[in-house]
Amino acid sequence: MKFLKAFGQFWYDFIIGDDWKIAVAVVIALAILLGAVGAQLFGDAGLAILGAVLIVAGFAISLVIDVRPKTKP
Amino acid sequence: MNAATWGLVIATFVACFVEMVEATTIVMAMGFTRNWRSAMAGTGAALLLLAVVTVAAGYALATWLPESALQLAIGGLLLIFGLQWLRKAILRSSGRKAVHDEDAIYAEEVKAAKKAGAAHKGIDMFGFMVSFKGVFLEGMEVVFIVITFGLNANNIPAASLGAVAAVVIVLALAVVLKRPLSMINENLLKYGVGLLLASFGTYWAVEGIGIFRGGHESLHWPGSDLAILGLLVIWFLLSRIFVSALRTPRTAAPAVTTSTHEVVK
Repeated sequence: MKFLKAFGQFWYDFIIGDDWKIAVAVVIALAILLGAVGAQLFGDAGLAILGAVLIVAGFAISLVIDVRPKTKP
Repeated sequence: MNAATWGLVIATFVACFVEMVEATTIVMAMGFTRNWRSAMAGTGAALLLLAVVTVAAGYALATWLPESALQLAIGGLLLIFGLQWLRKAILRSSGRKAVHDEDAIYAEEVKAAKKAGAAHKGIDMFGFMVSFKGVFLEGMEVVFIVITFGLNANNIPAASLGAVAAVVIVLALAVVLKRPLSMINENLLKYGVGLLLASFGTYWAVEGIGIFRGGHESLHWPGSDLAILGLLVIWFLLSRIFVSALRTPRTAAPAVTTSTHEVVK
């Protein structure tokens, strides 16, 4: 049972990790890219570059939120 | 071997090396404080199970999933995993998170082993289970990397070769030195692996989005595989910008709170 719990914890750490915002950022970036693919916005090269820009921007935003000064309640 | 295959072997080697250093610290703590027979039995059982999982999961994924679905599913997970490593590397390099310390982890494991009471003769279950769990869970990350890299590059044997070479070298170092491998700059290695995983993960996850269009054909990057190098440069530059922007005096309190588990990882 302890082992199963540790195994479940492993997958939680693997996907969510220390910062859930990263997983959310990646999912949102890929969802927007999917929308662009569905709308046939660009050709393959344009879509690939858009995907990279979205993922990089998503990571940068999640990190900025992560390290922003915490305001005292 | 061509350049792509060498890249594959090196990527899995470095990733596996880092994880094995962490697993070895746990096994050594059990070996020295409980007994070596149990620590080695736990390690062997975990490595055997990992090999079975690699073969079974690799075969199942390669057989049942179309290429673009594979790229999206495991490329996406690899990307998330890689970005987590990159985040930690940026925070550590900028002084906002405690660096990984194998000596501290070793001391913590020894303390836990002593607390568990006297070791049994023969197979000591505490030593066996802690070693098994440590090697299996650290190894699962490697299995995932081997499968992802191997399937996407259509070369699981080369990816496995990199991982096995790392296991052999780390074990040999541990046997020769007989102490935790704290002299290895694990934080720098993790930074490098984080950059690699983020670059390959971005490449494959974006390619895999093609599963949702007619014909389920993967998206094609401009420059094909060379785009991975471009992504590597972008992730490196972004990480350096963040390290510079977030750098704090070493004496300052960490801005990001970390649990005990986080410090260990």
